[in-house]
Amino acid sequence: MTSTRYYTKRLGQSVVTVFAVVTLSFVLIRLMPGGPVDYLRAQYIQQNLSPEEVQEKIALYTNIRTDETILEQYVGYMTSLAQFDLGRSIFYDRSVSAILGEAIPWTVLYMSIALCLMFVIGVSLGAFMAYREGSYFDTLSTLTAIVANSVPYYIAAILLVYALGFELSVLPTSGRMNPDTVVGMNVQFVLGVFAHAALPVLSLVVTGFGGKAITMRGNAISELGEDYLRVARLRGLSERRIALRYVARNAILPMYTGMMISIGTMFGGSVILEMIFAYPGVGYYVFKSISARDYPLMMGGFILITVAVVIGVLIADLTYGKLDPRAGGESDEAF
Amino acid sequence: MKRSEEPAADGGTPEPTSPFQRVADEDVGSGQRFRQAVDLWLLAPARIIWSDWRARIGTLIILLFLAMGTVGPMVTREPSPNTGPRLLKPFENVQYLLGTDPKGQGILVSIVHATPPMLQMILGGAVFTIAVATVVGIVAGYKAGWTETVLMTITDIMMTIPGLPLIIVVAAIVRPESPFVVGVLISINAWAGLARAVRSQVLTLRNAPYVEASRTMGLGVPSILTRDVLPNLMPYILVNFVGAARGVIFGSVGLYFLGVLPFSNLNWGVMITRAYNSGALYSGRIRHWLFVPLFTVILLSFGLILFAQGCDRLFNPRVRARHSTTLDEEDVETEPEDGQVTATVDQP
Repeated sequence: MTSTRYYTKRLGQSVVTVFAVVTLSFVLIRLMPGGPVDYLRAQYIQQNLSPEEVQEKIALYTNIRTDETILEQYVGYMTSLAQFDLGRSIFYDRSVSAILGEAIPWTVLYMSIALCLMFVIGVSLGAFMAYREGSYFDTLSTLTAIVANSVPYYIAAILLVYALGFELSVLPTSGRMNPDTVVGMNVQFVLGVFAHAALPVLSLVVTGFGGKAITMRGNAISELGEDYLRVARLRGLSERRIALRYVARNAILPMYTGMMISIGTMFGGSVILEMIFAYPGVGYYVFKSISARDYPLMMGGFILITVAVVIGVLIADLTYGKLDPRAGGESDEAF
Repeated sequence: MKRSEEPAADGGTPEPTSPFQRVADEDVGSGQRFRQAVDLWLLAPARIIWSDWRARIGTLIILLFLAMGTVGPMVTREPSPNTGPRLLKPFENVQYLLGTDPKGQGILVSIVHATPPMLQMILGGAVFTIAVATVVGIVAGYKAGWTETVLMTITDIMMTIPGLPLIIVVAAIVRPESPFVVGVLISINAWAGLARAVRSQVLTLRNAPYVEASRTMGLGVPSILTRDVLPNLMPYILVNFVGAARGVIFGSVGLYFLGVLPFSNLNWGVMITRAYNSGALYSGRIRHWLFVPLFTVILLSFGLILFAQGCDRLFNPRVRARHSTTLDEEDVETEPEDGQVTATVDQP
């Protein structure tokens, strides 16, 4: 019924988004004057390769055959992407999908931990602040939240590397696992993985929870003043039930839009974060590709991060439809 | 000055003067009108802002940076290498208050001279964000049908695309140098969230009685939008200007840090990158070279958030109304309306 329409619409939107991003990547690679294809051609011509060899090389790395018409190039590019062929990295001289496919689980791992922690901490702190509105706890937490929110996550990362990694040396500051451990489901390995993910997670959570807490506090305070709560109290419902079912649920729902944007910004931030922590995830390879001018790897990373975000947003969207009864009908407003 | 002795036709109290005479009662000269306008549009908001401690501190911090960006480069000499002692620690020398870098350039002077390009970036980016978001949001909110569907689909797509990778990819290919262009580039998809929020505001305003009245009077869509809708969005847009500014600061410093943007001029991000790449984190001798620009970025961002928080609360009629009777209004918080209305900016 209506909810099916809602899901179809959201799914369709995700597909359109991925399509738009991939098309954009084609435009950037192929059509920008002085862009990747022009750059590669100039490089190969300098190496005294014949025009045919130059074309072959460009096709190998970018999936674009420059001897065809633009439309054919576009179709060819899209077809190879649909087959998970993201071209070939110039710097590593390996298939981009192989490099990034191995890297993406690590990025998703610490990003999802960070996202969950950030929301749980932010929402619970915000709710407490709203219930104790005007108290010292509230004032102090608001100030802390604002200060924490003023720090860019990468600056927090640098400061954390300095404080926890260098001065106190309690946590590893680079890599993604303990090199001495055997990869697999054993305690040492898992502990090593979490220890290496700790600092990236911490820098995201420390700088991100404040914004969520302040938003949640504002939402909860305005919910607490609503008339239906008075009715609920008159009906004799327990405070606990009111707090969880009425206040919390209605205060959290508007934060879903914010969460969808958070997914995008956080995954995007992986580039700087993984550079600081030398954490070989997708962002790390995007960073590596910048200085090496490795455009296929850069575009592959961009496309892959976008796809991860689109999937994350889709999951958030579909659960939102479950949580908010209004989302099925008036989907446009409830987004 | 003949007074009408008859009661008014509507049964109200007799008018002391006829409407035509009353206008002439007050002689409003252009000078007074100007003073009134200043009072209404500048002094009154300033007075309101000043009454909130958050906005007050925020304003002071922002004014400090504005002064640094405008007067600062005029009163200090542009730093050049090998003019001072190398690696002086902060607070050791009055002439180099925050110490010097390995090239013997004063760090405070470098920070001051890096402020104008940063302000230009902020201006470029924030104006771009606000302009695009307002136009898209208002048009999509007021015009139903296909226009709305197309605009909102584009907005949703822009909102989902992770900003930083997109900016990196474009910047790596375009390699912009002008601060204004850098600012616009960083805001390439920052407008989407605001456009959505503006649209939902317009949707509620669309059915407001006075808008309906304007429609009944036969006013065209452009004049309804500019006269009735836009003024109501102004405070809201102002608050978001601050949020956009913060996004530009975070983004630009991050991009310089990644080495995506060419090191064309003095910049906090460039300072951070140079210091970081020289191993400033692990060497106490040059650590101040890294930490001073780091805290400069945090301070400006802190000021902007405080300002936005204070303003948001004051401009928000619901929060104002709800707390007008309570005694303690010091700790009232902002009230987000669409999940995105908050003054805080999503990290990263």
